[in-house]
Amino acid sequence: MNSKKSDFVKFELVDKSYDGKELVVKGLNLDIAEGEFLTLLGPSGSGKTTTLMMLAGFETPTNGEIYFDGRPINNIPPHKRGIGMVFQNYALFPHLSVYENLAFPLKVRKVDKSEIEERINKTLKMVSLTGFENRMPAQLSGGQQQRVAVARALVFDPKLVLMDEPLGALDKNLRESMQYELKHIHESLGVTVVYVTHDQGEALTMSNRIAVFNDGKVQQLSGPNELYETPVNSFVASFIGENNTFTGTVKEIVSGSAKIETDSGETIVASPIAVSSSGEKSRISLRPERVSIDPNEQLENKFTSEIREIIYHGDHTRVRVNLLGNDDFILKVPNASSDLKLNVGDKLDLGWSSHDCRALDY
Amino acid sequence: MTAEIRTSDGELLSVKLKKVERRRRTTAFLLAAPLLFFIVFAYVIPIFQMLGRSIDNAEMNSFLTETHEVMQTWDGSEMPGEDVTSTFYYELKTAVENKYHGKIATRLNYEKGGFTSLIKKTSRKLKNFDENANFLDQFIDVHKKWGDIEYWQALKRGTDAYHFRKYLTTFDYEQKFDGSIERIPEKLRINVTLWLRTIFVAVGVTFCCFILAYPISHLLSVLPTRYSNLLMICVLLPFWTSLLVRTSSWMVLLQKQGVLNDTLVSLGFVADESRLELMYNMTGTFIAMTQILLPFMVLPLYSVMKTISPSLMRAATSMGATPFHAFRKIYFPLTYAGISAGSILVFVLAIGYYITPALVGGAKGILISNRIAYHMQQSLDWSLATAMATVLLIAVLVVYWLYNKIVGIDNMRLG
Repeated sequence: MNSKKSDFVKFELVDKSYDGKELVVKGLNLDIAEGEFLTLLGPSGSGKTTTLMMLAGFETPTNGEIYFDGRPINNIPPHKRGIGMVFQNYALFPHLSVYENLAFPLKVRKVDKSEIEERINKTLKMVSLTGFENRMPAQLSGGQQQRVAVARALVFDPKLVLMDEPLGALDKNLRESMQYELKHIHESLGVTVVYVTHDQGEALTMSNRIAVFNDGKVQQLSGPNELYETPVNSFVASFIGENNTFTGTVKEIVSGSAKIETDSGETIVASPIAVSSSGEKSRISLRPERVSIDPNEQLENKFTSEIREIIYHGDHTRVRVNLLGNDDFILKVPNASSDLKLNVGDKLDLGWSSHDCRALDY
Repeated sequence: MTAEIRTSDGELLSVKLKKVERRRRTTAFLLAAPLLFFIVFAYVIPIFQMLGRSIDNAEMNSFLTETHEVMQTWDGSEMPGEDVTSTFYYELKTAVENKYHGKIATRLNYEKGGFTSLIKKTSRKLKNFDENANFLDQFIDVHKKWGDIEYWQALKRGTDAYHFRKYLTTFDYEQKFDGSIERIPEKLRINVTLWLRTIFVAVGVTFCCFILAYPISHLLSVLPTRYSNLLMICVLLPFWTSLLVRTSSWMVLLQKQGVLNDTLVSLGFVADESRLELMYNMTGTFIAMTQILLPFMVLPLYSVMKTISPSLMRAATSMGATPFHAFRKIYFPLTYAGISAGSILVFVLAIGYYITPALVGGAKGILISNRIAYHMQQSLDWSLATAMATVLLIAVLVVYWLYNKIVGIDNMRLG
């Protein structure tokens, strides 16, 4: 076994502009390791799809260089890159059967007939579509079409597979089961996958690492865990998962904890992540599930709130409260604690630790 | 095994469903009725009348009914007997009195040349006939052509209530009076040449339109909307101009002293004394028809190409296909529906095209439709004109049938 390269794909200071006025991708530096499942996550217009298209070869970088397996590929046309790709709308060839769709990349490579058949059978088995060889794409359900698209991108054994929001058109249940399926396929083949999505749940479920895009830049590149638990700026904090925020001014920073005076005049103790000196404006981020109700333990932050709205969600109840002037403070109360009686207008004592409360950029 | 299902009101479900559906169907029918009515009266009935006219000779038959009946017993091998000649005399006399002998003359002239003068002269002399003497001799006395048995044979055949001889003429064949079918003399043959030329032009124009329309349609389908709209207007602009105006413009451009020749001469590509013959021949017909029919190819192609997702070509190239290979194996096959729809549209329009070849075609560039018009307007042989038109109609229907067999009419997209 040769060792896995950590810079299997390398973006070096890549800029991209379509109209000569605005940069869609700004000075992108990104290394993708061999065998990794990397997700480019971001809102629409954040540059993630453009980045993927540059890697596939359908867009040319305006500046900078992209390396694939050590080779610069800016001047290599897409058909010579040997990168598999799954498109948003599947892009199955509607006039060809499932078998012919899968045979296309192999025939182009002049693979001989018996091997084509063998490889197609193997790949179809992997996506559990054995027996569908002679169907036309229009005769398949959305999920099945999706599997064919994945199979087609994998059948010629590319070292790198790109996926552009492949699950976007599927309904929720199917999307979730496909997420696991894709994850398993990736694990069993060891192929490198670059996956584009705007769905954070999808990104957290499948990826080894996630690059959060906003405004043409990578805001944070880390594993799903760190991304959720330790967002480095307020964009990431608000984009990934649910988030309660307060805005305020830093009063003092002492030994890894910051005292911040909120706009309503109270003081919150938080971990200083993106603030370094007193007087700075800061946005404090706090996950709803990290807030304790009726706290009896020793917590740095303890306040009283008033219940505004109670929304039943099956496995949990969402409670919207007014806390320190924030009318949209959300609590998640697990359904098991049925002893808790909540009524709109009630006062509720809340508390949280300073570790769970991150002072980010304003 | 299916139990009777009733609605909540206790009515039989199938009955109730029909009742509800009937209202919907009536509405649908009423919406379509005006057009249906119009099509039946302005299109279907005239077409059947036209089909009938190509074999119909009932008027002629009614003018000379008795002569025709008497002649059925005459085998045509020797001169007709007095029963025939006397009957003909009396019926012609009635015709002269009621002033329709001119029509008889014209119609019989289609059967055999010389009948016009023969009938006219005979009609004038009819009052001098002695009704007790031998009629045949008196006919021959009036005009010696009556002594030629072929005129009597033509009279017998020309009074049939219907016949299919015009269809033979359509293909340059004729039926001799002895019943044998032969090609007409070589110097008179024109129709077969015109049919072949018409098919050649229709196929050629369809092909030229395809070659010109394919790239432009592709461009239209991939351009951003604001550019493609502009380009689409350029494509459709000729569409909104009168056909006559467009054809006349081509005359201005293509004639020997026209814009195109002037330009070529002034640029020195062509010598002044050898200006190109671009009009009054096939070249003119080809150029003008291709330009005029081009939108009919562009629109169906465009509408099909518009539906082809650009990601298909990207997918193909990402799998290692060269752009050309991806075009040949993926894009091109997906445009078959548009190609076939456009081709059949252009072909069907071209095969019956009239104004353009009439104006820019000259003698060498006219098509079968111009011949039909000639027979409608000049020779007044409507039976022949309608026979030709019927053959044209059948040809078009055959094309449709083939198209449906090969491609399937459901796959047609017209924009």
